[in-house]
Order: sequence, then C-alpha cells, then structure tokens
Amino acid sequence: MNKPIRILAVFCLVLFALLLFNINYVQVLQAQSLNDHAGNKRVQDAECSRQRGPILVDGRTVAKSVPSHDRLHFVRHYDHPLLYAQATGFFSCYYGTRAVENSENSILSGSDPRLFVNRIVDLVGNNEPQGGSVLLTLDSKAQAAAWHGLQALPGQTRGAVAALDPRTGAILALASTPSYDPNLLATHDFTKAQAAWKRLTAHGADRMLDRATQQIYPPGSTFKLVTAATALSNGYTPNSIVKGGASLPLPQSTAVLHNENGSNCGGNQITLTQALVVSCNVSFGDLGLSLGAKRLQAQAERFGFNQTYLNQLPFSPSVFPTNIDEPQTALSAIGQYDVAASPLQMAMVAAGIANGGAVMKPYIVDEVRSPDLAVLQRAQPEVLHQAVSAQVAGELTQMMVAVVTSGTGTPAQIPGVEVAGKTGTANSSASRSPYAWMVTFAPANDPQVAVAVLIERTGVSRADITGGGLAGPVAKAVMEAVLNR
Amino acid sequence: MSMITAAQGRFVSTFVPRKRRGVELMLLVLALILGVGAYALVGIGTEGKVPTDIVGYGSGLVVLALVAHVAVRVKAPYADPVLLPCVVALNGLGLAMIRRIDIGRLAQDPQSHTYATQQLIWTAISVLGFVLTLVVVRDHRRLQAFTFTMGLAGVVLLLLPLVPLLGVNINGARIWISLGSLSFQPGEVAKICLAIFFAGYLVVKRDALALAGRRFAGIDLPRGRDLGPIVLMWLISLGILVFEDDLGSSLLFFGLFVVLLYVATERASWLVVGVVLFAAGAYFSYLAFAHVQTRVQGWLHPFSNPDLYYQIIQGQYGLAWGGILGRGWGQGSPQLTPFAWSDFIGDSLGEELGLTGLMAIIVIYGLIVERGLRTALICRDPFGKLLAVGLAMAMALQVFVVLGGVTNLIPLTGLTTPFLSYGGSSLLANWAMVALILRVSNHARQPMPDLSPPRADDDTQVIGRR
Repeated sequence: MNKPIRILAVFCLVLFALLLFNINYVQVLQAQSLNDHAGNKRVQDAECSRQRGPILVDGRTVAKSVPSHDRLHFVRHYDHPLLYAQATGFFSCYYGTRAVENSENSILSGSDPRLFVNRIVDLVGNNEPQGGSVLLTLDSKAQAAAWHGLQALPGQTRGAVAALDPRTGAILALASTPSYDPNLLATHDFTKAQAAWKRLTAHGADRMLDRATQQIYPPGSTFKLVTAATALSNGYTPNSIVKGGASLPLPQSTAVLHNENGSNCGGNQITLTQALVVSCNVSFGDLGLSLGAKRLQAQAERFGFNQTYLNQLPFSPSVFPTNIDEPQTALSAIGQYDVAASPLQMAMVAAGIANGGAVMKPYIVDEVRSPDLAVLQRAQPEVLHQAVSAQVAGELTQMMVAVVTSGTGTPAQIPGVEVAGKTGTANSSASRSPYAWMVTFAPANDPQVAVAVLIERTGVSRADITGGGLAGPVAKAVMEAVLNR
Repeated sequence: MSMITAAQGRFVSTFVPRKRRGVELMLLVLALILGVGAYALVGIGTEGKVPTDIVGYGSGLVVLALVAHVAVRVKAPYADPVLLPCVVALNGLGLAMIRRIDIGRLAQDPQSHTYATQQLIWTAISVLGFVLTLVVVRDHRRLQAFTFTMGLAGVVLLLLPLVPLLGVNINGARIWISLGSLSFQPGEVAKICLAIFFAGYLVVKRDALALAGRRFAGIDLPRGRDLGPIVLMWLISLGILVFEDDLGSSLLFFGLFVVLLYVATERASWLVVGVVLFAAGAYFSYLAFAHVQTRVQGWLHPFSNPDLYYQIIQGQYGLAWGGILGRGWGQGSPQLTPFAWSDFIGDSLGEELGLTGLMAIIVIYGLIVERGLRTALICRDPFGKLLAVGLAMAMALQVFVVLGGVTNLIPLTGLTTPFLSYGGSSLLANWAMVALILRVSNHARQPMPDLSPPRADDDTQVIGRR
C-alpha cells in the first residue's frame, strides 16, 4: 500500500502548494487593488489615524494633525477654517478628502514614493510614518483682504475672489463665500460628521462649493477684454474707430443689442479705447460680428477657456461656446449667451495681459517638504499659452488703465499706484440680480497681482449693482494687501 | 503484494528505532516560545505592555505541553517527535490570536463575548483527551474490533444535528447539537470514528475491491456490486451537503473515503469513480440548491454583493492589509471580519503575521500531514497504515478546504481550522486524532518484538528484521 501513500503525499504537496501560491497571489499581487477598494475600512482607519503633514500659508500652519486620544490617534485640525477652507479642503474619515488635502494626499499621508526613504527609516525605528508638509502659494494678507472684503458686503453674500501673481501663476488669494468649517467634517464622531455633511451639502446652500474655481458664471463686460484682445491681434489699434451708438440690430433675428442704461457710448463713431472705457455693448457686439466666432473662440481658448489646467483644486473649465451663429457671436463677444467663466479664469485673463501676453498656469502648491523638512518639490512656473503679443498686451494695459482712471473702474483706484481693470455687470435673467465683476491688476507698469472678484448675490438693491461699485473695493483691498506686503 | 512487501522490507531494514524524546522536548520549547511569545506580543501590540496574566497563561500552556510530552514519553516512547511540537505551536498561536481578537472586539463593544479563556480551558480538556487516548488505546490494532461500532457512531454523529430539538442551526449550517448550554459539533468527532471505520472495513474488503472487475478504456473498473459502499458514502455526503448545508464536511468525508479506498486497493480507478461522483454531485447540487450557488458566486465574484459576501470581502481585505510581513500582533484589525476567531482565523493570522507568518503556519500543517503519511509508510500492519493515512488525509483535506475557503482559493465552506480556531469539539477531536497517529507511529517505530526466525513457507506479510 506504500505506492498510493507516496502518491497521496505528492497530492498533499500539491494541495499545500496551491494554498501557498494562492496567499502569495492575494497578499502580494492582489493586495494593492484590494487596499484601493472603496469602503475598505482597514485602509480608511489607517489613513484616518495617520499623523498627516501640515498645510502651511506664509510659513504658518493652517491645517495640522493633533492627538485625538481615541482609537484613531490623530484628528485633523484647521486654524482659520472659514478663511482657508477652499484651499485646504477637508480631510474626513467618512467623506474622503477635497482640494489640497485631496490632490497632495500622498505627500500629506506619507505614502508618496518620494517619502520612501523616510518610510524605511520609520519602519526600522518602529515609528509611525509621518506625512510631509505642503506650503501653499497663498498670501495670508491678500487672503484675509479677499475674505473680509466679501464679508463686508451687506446681507447673505455669495461671491468669490481669485488673485494671481501674473508673473508665475501662483494663486495669492482664493476666497469663496459662504464658506464652511472643515473641522466639522474632520471629527471622528460619525454622527456629528454626518450631520455636518448633510447641512453643508443641503440643496441650495452649496457651502462647500468653491466659487472661485469650481463654478462658472457669465463674465459679462469683463469678457470684452478677450474681444478687445482679438481685435488688437487682428489689425485694430486702441485708436481704431469702431461702431458706437445706442443700439445694434442683430443679424438673422429681430433682437436689438442695447447699452447699459441706454447710453450711446459717446457717439456713433468712437475709438476702441473709448468703447472699453464706457463698456460699450454696441461696439463690442459689432466687433464680435466682424471678427467672427472662430477668432473669438481661438482667443478665448488661448486665455484658458474650454481647458482644464488646474488639478490641485476642485475645478470646472470655463466655457466659450462652439458652433454659434451670428447673433450668438455678438452676444458672446460681450460675455453673454453661453459664455461662462470662473473668477480664476477671469483673473488669468487679467494676469495674461499684465504678463506681456503670457498666461501662466495657475498653481496653489508652492513647496512640498518631507517630514525632516527636505524640499521634495518646488513649483516651477509654466506658460500655459502666449495669449497675445507683448505689444497687444501693452495696448490692452493702457486701455484698462483708462477704465480705472476715467471709466467704470474708478472704485479700484489706489493712490500712487497705476491700476488697470475692467468691470462687468452680467445679466443672467430678468428674475435674479446681475453678477457684479471686477478684474484688475497692478501696478500697471510692473504687475505684481491680478485679481478677479465676482459677486453672485448680495444684499444690495438691483439698481445699485454695478461691477465697479460692488466688486471694485474688494479688488482694491486685495491689491493693496499684496503691494504693501 | 510481493513487490510492496519487498519495498516495505527494504525501508524497514534501514530504519534504526530511536525514541527521540529529547528532540521532541527541544522542539516543544521552541513551540512554547512561539505561543507564549505571541501572547506577550498581543499585549504589547494592543495595550503597550506585556499582559499581566502572562505568567498564569504561560505556565498553564507550559504545564499542558509538558503533560502531553510526559504522556508520550511514558505511553508512546517511540512515537514521532515532530507532531506534538507542531500541534502545541498551532494551539498556542491560535490562543494568542483569539485573545487578540477578544481585545479588538472589546474595544468596539465592551459587552462582547470573549473566547480566549474558554479556549484555554478547552485546550486543557483536549490535552486530557490526548492523554486519555494514549492511555486507553494501548494498541491501535485493537480499534479494528470496533470497526462497525465506529461506523455506526460516525453516521449517527453526522446525522445528530438533523434531530429536531437537538440540532441547532448556527450561522447557516446545521452542524451543531445543543445540550443545555453546551453546543457541540459532532462532525469533528465523526471524522475520527469514520477514519477508524473506513480503515477497518477496507482492510477486510480490499482484496475483493481490488481484484474483481473489468477493464475498460485502460482503467480497471470495479464490479457493480462492489460499488455499493462508495455509492452509500456518496449519498451520505450529499445528504450532509443538502440537509445540513455543510459543504466542508461533505467534501471531507467523501474525500477521505475515496482516498482510503485508493490506498487499500491500489487501484486508481477508484479515484476516477470518486472524482466523477463528486463532480456530478457538486454540479447537481449547484444547479439545485440556492445556498450552493451563493457560495460559488461569493467565491467567483465577492464584490457583486458586498453585503452578502461581507465576510469574504473583509477576509480578503485583511489578507491584503497584512501584505508580506503583516501588521504585527495587535496592530491589524482582524476583528472587522465576522468569525475572525473561528472559521476566519487563517485570515486573521494572515493579516497580523503577514504572508510570511501564514505560509509558516501552512508549512506546519504540511509537516503534520507529512509525519502522518510517513507513519503510514513505515507502519507494518495494513489497518495501522490505513488509519494513519486516513487521519493524516483528514487533516490535509480539512486544512485545504478551510484555508482554501477563507483565502478564496475555493468556495467558502464551514470548517474549523485545526488547533487554531476557537471551538471545543474541534480542538478535542484534533488532539485525539494526533494521539492516534502517535499511537500508530509508536508502534511503527518501536523495535520489532523478537520473533522466531521466519520459516521458508511463512506468510510473506510478516516481516522479520535482520
């Protein structure tokens, strides 16, 4: 009977070999995909209990992990939560991560390949792995100015501010109101986190929406900068004579385009500069018709429309519609119809003009460091597109300076500094108040900051809403904060 | 038979009987270091300090191991020296993991039931059972006298859970009986009874089963009337599968029978018949029974229904979380997996000890099985051979079915992991099984009694040493 026993021994060897191969497969080959599975509580708990690295602004911590004295060991804590919520985002054990907490998760949690050596050292020293730190590009003064500027408006304001360094694309301020407190979501108390989540995501409140990057609005007259850039790049000069007057009948339709408040823009024949200074709808609608939809679209896209260029924050691309007819082209040329832009996008339009026509790719992470403070990565400014020539940029700058010195943009004036800007008051529908916009940069001869301010809704009567009047002072405050630093 | 005898004779002739009890003691010390060390590490991993009851616990385990060792030294001095240390190592690791899961569950809910202390008591009872087996069964050949008693006992034990009032359905399988506050898994004990029965029955019947039959397509097919026992066993296995919803036991008993049939008759055709019958039975029960389909679905596509296959998924997550080196004692979350302390203890160990630790544990099982088969090889009487093969193969099949199930190699079935899982009946039965293997091993390894010189016309089955 020994031969069958020997064969059985081989059979048992096969059985045990199968078991061994299988656990190698599960625990090594399949491990990563199992760990990445949504709802894997082991991984969630481990992520949650890790000592994440801090997020810093101007060298000061705005988000850090502090001991929680419970089973998860650490809880995320946000200083100035409302002020920086859009930039930091949140880190929740139950609802995941958002914004920089999301995009820089691998560094903050310590799982990034660049922290490999640190992990080995932690493993050998039997220490809990630590995350690296992330320094944001935000300027704390500019950020505070933007936030307080929005808060100073009467009533339940909804609005946003985006400020850029035109030379690099670094985001200097990113504010959105209403804001939210990420600490409410970071709590380990599931009941509390759940209640906060329900409240924050409740329909209509949109408290977690980042209006500066994630939401797009009709840019209204601020879009005339793009139309003007198209014109200047196609043979026009600031002194070219364009059509003025009170109204423009649109081709192929019975609709007629009017100016705000029934003005005639100062005559039937005006200069391009004059058209921009008084924000003449008739002139720019007519320009749009003569330039054509294709050229407008190409120019808009060179400023960043219809593109995704930011992955560090929740982002919606701004839109310039494609395949439009003539009346739609005329409306699009003045920032109406289906044209929609985020405040960040409009800040990029201003920044591109300020930077000699080169639109820089925006970014919010300035520096990434390992737990022992070695710099792992420093932001490298990148040109997104050369939107216009340096000459056209210079001409546009002069036209925008005129807007602030003598046109609709006077509220953005700063004594002793030459400010360039453009206002916008976009009517979305008859039933809601118009969106108030202000897009500026300063100083005009050596630009250090470009700002876009949008007021979606505030406690001001409809007749009193103008881009310059509402958004102008906020833009001014942000520019001052940057220039006086 | 003559060829076999020759092989056997050659093997025996090179074997020098040695007691090797010192080796066993040394290996036991290693096994105890493993078990007690694991218990200490559980405390350090969960509470940051060596548990306060380490002395009581450690000395308890040491005393139990020594009692077992002394029993072997006195009652089976020539027995295999590797088996007992392997079993003690597994039992110690199991206790530490059950304790660790208790701590994890208490942290979630202070009202949770704990199992570790109860398991230590069960270990003590099992060691007692081990000693008693060695004392009572002084020669395994005497068990042959109880062939049909054991067969009857085995079948009755298997069917007990189906008796109304007595049988209880726990976690979907009706494999438990309840006596007052005690619940008991009779299948574990039935395993031993049936191994004895199969061995005793086949020793008598093997010639008839082996020699009669027809040749068809290159295979020697058994006679129709000889198919009776295998068909009966097949029906009983199907009955267990259908009425008790216990795939594991069903596969185990049928597999055991087919394997012993093969060893007894040396006819591979029985394996073919067995595999065909098993495949047919499995296929038809898959078609006919929803609970079998559920198991197969959970094996192939566990993520198709995360609520239904929660346990399998959590087990897989645990294994993945353990990775190559494991989280370390007390550093993982095995308590997230339902029944992490019983059926799924393999995944719990894989999570905290990693691939490395789980592979080591599987290799320990491999050692136990290998020592059992080796005992069968060197055993001189056919009943002892079959008994040792049966016990070793029962262990091998059970380990494969349960560990294969919890690691998703095969569909999940409800069986305990020998010596590791929480559970009195399982622990007691497996310790008794090892005692029987040691008993056969002692017989096989001890010096031959001084036989008178063989006569030329003597039966070739009696082999004298030079």
